[in-house]
Amino acid sequence: MPARERDFTVPTVQLLTPEGQLRPSAEAEPYLHLVEALDDATLEQFYRDMVTSRRLDVAGANLQRQGQLALWVPSHGQEAAQVGSARASRPQDHLFPSYREHIVGIIRGLDPVAILSLLRGATLGGWDPAENGNFHLYTLVLASQTLHATGYAMGLQFDGAAGTGDPESDAAVLVYYGDGSTSQGDASEALVFAASYRTPEVFFVQNNQWAISVPVSRQSPSPLALRGSGFGMPSVQIDGNDVLASYAVTRQSLEEARAGEGPSFIEAVTYRMGAHTTADDPTKYRTQDEVDLWTTRDPITRYRTWLEGRGASAAFFDEVDAEAQDFAADVRRRALELPSPTRETIFEHVYHEPHPLMAEQYAWLDRFERSLDGSDA
Amino acid sequence: MSLAGDAIRPLDEPGTVRAQQQEVPVTNDSTAEASARPSPQDAVPAVRGVQTLSMAKAITAGLREALRTDEKVLLMGEDIGPLGGVFRVTEGLQAEFGDRRVLDTPLAESGIVGTAIGLAMRGYRPVIEIQFDGFIFPAFDQITTQLSRINLRHGGGMPMPIVIRVPYGGHIGSIEHHQESPEAYFAHTPGLRVVSPSNPHDAYWMIQEAIASNDPVLYFEPKSRYWPKGPVDLDHAGIPLHESRIVRQGTDVTVVGHGAMVATLLQAADIAAGEGTSLEVVDLRSLSPIDYGPLLESVHRTGRLVVAQEAYGNVSVGSEIAATVAERAFYSLEAPVLRVSGFDTPFPPAALETEYLPSPDRVLEAVDRALAF
Repeated sequence: MPARERDFTVPTVQLLTPEGQLRPSAEAEPYLHLVEALDDATLEQFYRDMVTSRRLDVAGANLQRQGQLALWVPSHGQEAAQVGSARASRPQDHLFPSYREHIVGIIRGLDPVAILSLLRGATLGGWDPAENGNFHLYTLVLASQTLHATGYAMGLQFDGAAGTGDPESDAAVLVYYGDGSTSQGDASEALVFAASYRTPEVFFVQNNQWAISVPVSRQSPSPLALRGSGFGMPSVQIDGNDVLASYAVTRQSLEEARAGEGPSFIEAVTYRMGAHTTADDPTKYRTQDEVDLWTTRDPITRYRTWLEGRGASAAFFDEVDAEAQDFAADVRRRALELPSPTRETIFEHVYHEPHPLMAEQYAWLDRFERSLDGSDA
Repeated sequence: MSLAGDAIRPLDEPGTVRAQQQEVPVTNDSTAEASARPSPQDAVPAVRGVQTLSMAKAITAGLREALRTDEKVLLMGEDIGPLGGVFRVTEGLQAEFGDRRVLDTPLAESGIVGTAIGLAMRGYRPVIEIQFDGFIFPAFDQITTQLSRINLRHGGGMPMPIVIRVPYGGHIGSIEHHQESPEAYFAHTPGLRVVSPSNPHDAYWMIQEAIASNDPVLYFEPKSRYWPKGPVDLDHAGIPLHESRIVRQGTDVTVVGHGAMVATLLQAADIAAGEGTSLEVVDLRSLSPIDYGPLLESVHRTGRLVVAQEAYGNVSVGSEIAATVAERAFYSLEAPVLRVSGFDTPFPPAALETEYLPSPDRVLEAVDRALAF
């Protein structure tokens, strides 16, 4: 009886080594030209974005520790995966995040104070995707957004908004989720629908190795990259700590999606350096050795090394640090100034059309609260 | 105490369904018809006026009208294309409107609702068919944690004009998961609207009103009423989607129900009339929000209320009605509000469904208890 196949390893697309050398793996060669086409300003912007993200993480964690946020969700370690993919999108594309993609929102034009407002308990989201770079709201029930994204992509296709051959108008959807979310039924159903309707869509999984305390090995004995091909779409594993690989592969995948070639799947192998959220204690479930290993693969350090090798000046790096510092300080200041929501917001948008219970219950609560604080007098 | 001087809604306005309904005996004549296939002469008419249609074909006609008048309306569901759905409600619609308007989806309820949400974000108005009541639960998460809250989460800027059609209820002799009444789960969920027609005319108009709503609407179709025919006035809608209606006047006890239960209540009222008891029958039509106006008016006059439903009684729509009527009509009540429900067990094997489901006799037993107070 022949042995059944148990070797599920897949090749990884890596352009930039952990040491900061541009040495594309064999699988990365077809993508190299996309990176070579980038000008210095764009390459510097990748670095600026990643440093901004990391600095915002510090500000967010501090705000939570100071009691100003219910929660902070750090991205430390995942900056390259997020920045490269987001920078690969075009203005007309739609991006559906999970809840850790703060820098993706910022790149698309979202004021991060909107995210802090959500984490502060002042809103449930509240931004209008159409006015914020088509960056959709955070979705906290894991993988729910994969279906919303796929439905949106079906709509793009039905509208003839993809596959016309005009790169300026053809649009695609980029949806983010994580290794833990891949276990959700919705994540599989989204792949089924996307494959069935050949949606203009890219599934971007950040495999950060840990679903809170459960390792990816418990989610899947085979590489997550095989999930896409199992459902009938091109599927690629990339070094998610390599911003150039993240950019190039997402760029190529989105272009194919916009051109009407259907959906594809990217597994970005990365690492969550910090806690799942500020409510978590990763020392309880993973070793310092593992964290130390991934520290040597840091996405910002390797990219900085490469930029330095290309001649970026010390002044540039100092300037980026200062800008990120100012950015985070400004976000912090404005987050602290956020007004408390008013009580009518409990009721006012539960339904889009008038609803008798909402009117009745708001009137009652308002009367009651006013009777307590004397403002009904 | 009664408020005999209170005006009640007129029951015989010309052109309303109430007037037509009186011409059509609504009796529990569906046993044989429920299992019958639709006949070719059920085909939907091209001319307007008052037509005699089954509820299934009235819904088909309503869907066709919505597809015809708004190009953003899409139908989504399992087997709804060439087959026309397991109840043939979408029969002919894919042939007429194409497979980009009438989508045979993969077999995944959460996927259907989740992708419908994305389509609604894109400006579409998806109308979903869930194949059977008991199969809605794979979509429960998308409906209750996503669909119901998307507009709120966006601060009001993202309406979700999605209709979820759910064939529901017993009396069809089918197997597990095919005879259930899960409406209370959805009536309990803020952000959703829940309605259920009891007759072909309402079915025709309510489906179109549900599609026109910018809020998500769960549209529960009573399977046992799919095939009995009744008049459908294609020109006059009657009352708005979320209003309830007194469908038979009476003086002694008010009985209220929705969907297929309305036919049972009318049957009970016929029997009671022969015994000298006058029942007033209220068709709830909307389960969320509930229109308490006609119901309270009625209870003010009769002083007694029996709530009937196929669903489990525990924590049900009937429970909510009983509590609300007790709060709002306390001094009019001569007896506690009584509930007649499915038992608090899973739906039994179909051989026992006639004992499980509220029958006219079970309703009348409660009426007798209410009158004994």
